[in-house]
Amino acid sequence: MKPPPRAPASAAKLLSRPLTECVACVREGAALPSDLVSAAFDRADDIGAGSESLNVFLATDRERATEHAKGLTALIGRAEAPGNLAGVPVAVKDNIATLDMPTTCGSRILEGYVSPFEATVVRRLRANGAVIIGKTNMDEFAMGSSTENSAYGPTRNPVDIRRVPGGSSGGSAAAVAAGIVRLALGSETGGSVRQPASFCGIVGVKPTYGRVSRYGLVAFGSSLDQVGVLARTVEDAALGLEVIAGCDQFDSTSADVPVPRYELEKNAGLKGLVIGKPREYFPERLDPRIAQECERALDAYRELGAEVREVSLPHTAYSIPVYYIVAPAEASSNLARFDGVRYGLRVPSERGLAGMYEATRARGFGPEVTRRILLGTYVLSAGYYDAYYKKAQSVRALIAQDFRDVFASGVDVLFTPTTPTPAFELGAVKDPYEMYVSDIFTASANLAGVPAMSIPIGDARGLPVGGQIIAPHFAEPVMFRAAFGLERALAGELLPGEKSA
Amino acid sequence: MAVTGQDVLKVAKLASLAVDEGKLDALARELNSILGHMEELGKVNTERILPAEGLSSGGQRLRADHGPADALAHAPADFAPEMRDGFFIVPRLATHEGSSERTP
Amino acid sequence: MSAAASPDYEMVVGLEVHVQLKTRTKAFCGCSADFGAPPNTNVCPVCLALPGALPVLNQHAVELALRAALALDCKVNATSVFARKNYFYPDLPKGYQISQYDRPLAEKGWLTIGELDDGTPVRVGITRVHMEEDAGKSVHDRYAGATAIDLNRAGVPLIEIVSEPDMRSAAEAGAYLRLLKQILSYSGVSDVSMEEGSLRVDANVSARIRGATQLGTKTEVKNMNSFSAVERALDSEFARQVALLESGGTVTQQTMLWDGAKGETRASRTKEESHDYRYFPEPDLPPLVLDMEWVGRVGRAIPELPDARRKRMIGEYELSAADAELLTASAGMSEYFEAVARASLDPKAALNWVMGEVSAAVNAAGVRIDEFPVRPADLGELLRMVREDVVSHTAAKRVFARMVETGKPAAQVAAEEGLQKVGDDAALVEWIDEVLRENPAEAARYKSGETKLQGVLVGLVMKKSKGRADPRKVNQLLSERARV
Ligand SMILES: [Zn+2]
Repeated sequence: MKPPPRAPASAAKLLSRPLTECVACVREGAALPSDLVSAAFDRADDIGAGSESLNVFLATDRERATEHAKGLTALIGRAEAPGNLAGVPVAVKDNIATLDMPTTCGSRILEGYVSPFEATVVRRLRANGAVIIGKTNMDEFAMGSSTENSAYGPTRNPVDIRRVPGGSSGGSAAAVAAGIVRLALGSETGGSVRQPASFCGIVGVKPTYGRVSRYGLVAFGSSLDQVGVLARTVEDAALGLEVIAGCDQFDSTSADVPVPRYELEKNAGLKGLVIGKPREYFPERLDPRIAQECERALDAYRELGAEVREVSLPHTAYSIPVYYIVAPAEASSNLARFDGVRYGLRVPSERGLAGMYEATRARGFGPEVTRRILLGTYVLSAGYYDAYYKKAQSVRALIAQDFRDVFASGVDVLFTPTTPTPAFELGAVKDPYEMYVSDIFTASANLAGVPAMSIPIGDARGLPVGGQIIAPHFAEPVMFRAAFGLERALAGELLPGEKSA
Repeated sequence: MAVTGQDVLKVAKLASLAVDEGKLDALARELNSILGHMEELGKVNTERILPAEGLSSGGQRLRADHGPADALAHAPADFAPEMRDGFFIVPRLATHEGSSERTP
Repeated sequence: MSAAASPDYEMVVGLEVHVQLKTRTKAFCGCSADFGAPPNTNVCPVCLALPGALPVLNQHAVELALRAALALDCKVNATSVFARKNYFYPDLPKGYQISQYDRPLAEKGWLTIGELDDGTPVRVGITRVHMEEDAGKSVHDRYAGATAIDLNRAGVPLIEIVSEPDMRSAAEAGAYLRLLKQILSYSGVSDVSMEEGSLRVDANVSARIRGATQLGTKTEVKNMNSFSAVERALDSEFARQVALLESGGTVTQQTMLWDGAKGETRASRTKEESHDYRYFPEPDLPPLVLDMEWVGRVGRAIPELPDARRKRMIGEYELSAADAELLTASAGMSEYFEAVARASLDPKAALNWVMGEVSAAVNAAGVRIDEFPVRPADLGELLRMVREDVVSHTAAKRVFARMVETGKPAAQVAAEEGLQKVGDDAALVEWIDEVLRENPAEAARYKSGETKLQGVLVGLVMKKSKGRADPRKVNQLLSERARV
């Protein structure tokens, strides 16, 4: 087979420009969507996105993507509205249902499974002219913080390929960080967008619970899950979120709240904004390089005219235990549908139906998923429900109350480190609980349902450091305002690549 | 409340997961280690706290009683492990030989 | 040994009734809830439990569940919560059933199933009414060694009505079920057909020494496919328990299956201790918070229930209590009667016709009253024609028969068949003269004053006219002819 023609240099260059420029060029006919798609695939080839190197994608379909792109060109030719992401190549995490590529969730149990319906977020991307170029690698069923739990091999961090990209949306983070796409969808349950964004030096947004439809997002912890966006810049992330956000008739937990234009916050000043610095997120043992970068960011806020106020979220320490009861409990139930009856893997057994169930699930699920199903089943089982699940949900209510209290006290947003450490090396974290602690600063926002995002704030010995901004429910605009301001203030010293330029 | 190998076996049965006999104790140790951290929650007084029950406070949005349902782009036969005459086919449950009994 | 032969023990029964709600679509997706489609054709991502699908609750299902709850005098909870009941079964696609658990839709109602000899009402408490979804269908006997799964039913909305253990005999259980069925049918909640599976009954039965206050160990009896099967199963299971207790044994809490052919219950083979459903609040559905004003409107819009209708009908149409009871046994029949009574302005005639001709014809045709070809307005017209002497009573029965066959209105049938009464003197005189000519002996005796022959002669005229002659006029004209 002869290799597809390479994209013109102008298209390749356009991929490193902000999305607004990209979309404007496409709309004006200065760039063809198919050239942008080619540029993305060329970049993936050049950088080694394949399974032997970065292992970013679990599926790509260059032919289909090119077809879609040509369809868009026809639309633009007929002067029909091509949408806010016209021609933009987008990578989608593999737990989000798509019609044209498999949706495996990084699991053997769904190997080759092609969904007969598409997630609402994907429909919205397509309706806005985006072109889905591939499905990204992830920890199996989004259970993990390093993408090492993928059944299809780990993804590597483009900043340093000996290190993990974080997880579970590691493939999406790597796709953006490696410059293959400007925008990718990930999903969050306890930090799975923000933590990899932080590890890879990009922007990652977890919206308010209910802001984005979960229809078509394969459930892990239903009361925590939310689709999020990964992007190079705050503005790109704002544009991406605006497209996928909104109420959905197919998701009872999606909120009927109007979607503001987040990118309008770009030029809003931060004068008078109150930034809360919760002391529980700056423990003594915090990596000093991370602490230092956070202080620099807080100084920048002060310089922008914001007030930095020390606050307390007293129940923070319990967020990991609560999270690791609630999420596995819900997961143990959500993953019951993978039984080999209607779709996915089926392993026959001599022991009839029960044997088929057990063999299918034992073979289909990897060790971490198995561990969490067992844990979740245990905490829900007779005699333990009150001590674990009910207790955890009660403490969760207190964690949510902490956020309400601090925001009611006049604090507009909170600023914290995103992770306790920078990206670690593959295989470095072996104990499951030690891995769970990667979510220590992120899981609380999922438990409380509030929006949070990570933006690059500097580096620690060449490894990206992320700062987290947390806002009240549906207050994404003020969260973006704080992010735009900080990004502006720190401009020029963010990504390793941009630094040397 | 320490988890034993037998507990793991019981839970695995509930979860329809085959677990190697040889791995039961290791799994029990792992679960105990994780659950040990969960004991922290015992320190929090939650006596008068209502458990979080869904984060949307406004209650449930309902749908009108009409279709269409979201369409299937391809039929179940395209993804089902085994189908015959439009039915999904599974091995017959041992307790159902010659009876139409349904447990729950 | 029959239950009646052991006077030392009394039966204690509580019933769990599952009722399919009469909605167009399923509980949590837009798929049709109709029966009879080819397997796995009324399915979508939601009811197939495809990865990523989510439930969205059907408002009409809530409305129908509320109607049932309010008709049973339950207290509706302003906030109720859906939960997941987790277990593996091939026709349960998600691996859990969405149901309500510790916070049901409604609680603490009651149903009066009759009265004691001294007039004390016999009440059965309703513990709770909660919403849930049905599972699919497992077909075990179609293929050797395999079970076939059809998910068309999966996700169809149900309510479960749980009673207190307030019934003391199979007959009381039967009365409860029949009344419950009547109420659910009247209020439009369900088709309540055990044959079609839209109503299913499980019974909790225990035996205790009469006068004891503590309940005995109960068993749950399942697999009964008619009300009479429920009654027989209860008697049989009670007898089994009593025999066990009398021989010094103890009752084991377990699930029993009714075997109608053998007329006995037998223990289910599934192990009780294997059930640990791990209920927890369904995170995909926020709590169901009801607008109590809406609940009030739903309550006010409930169609009249049988008890109220009986009382009203006795007053409005001067029916006997027995007739009212018979008429209101079915919501459809009583509605039909009322429509006929109103259209004909003759409740007495309407009652006779509905209980007589109509019931017979409906039964003969094997149709539901709402499918019966003679609509109440048309029957009302026919009765009006009888009262206004347009057709004779005899002719009316023939008109009705044709209406059943053709579905045409009464006046049209009567005209087409020439069954209107003939009151026209000339035509009548012609028939009378013919009869007198054909029966000269009787005519002569009649004319000579033997007036008792009048009846015979009128009969002959009626016969000649094929029932169309107006007998009153024939009598009058015949007398006049005699005096000539
Ligand atoms: Zn459906």
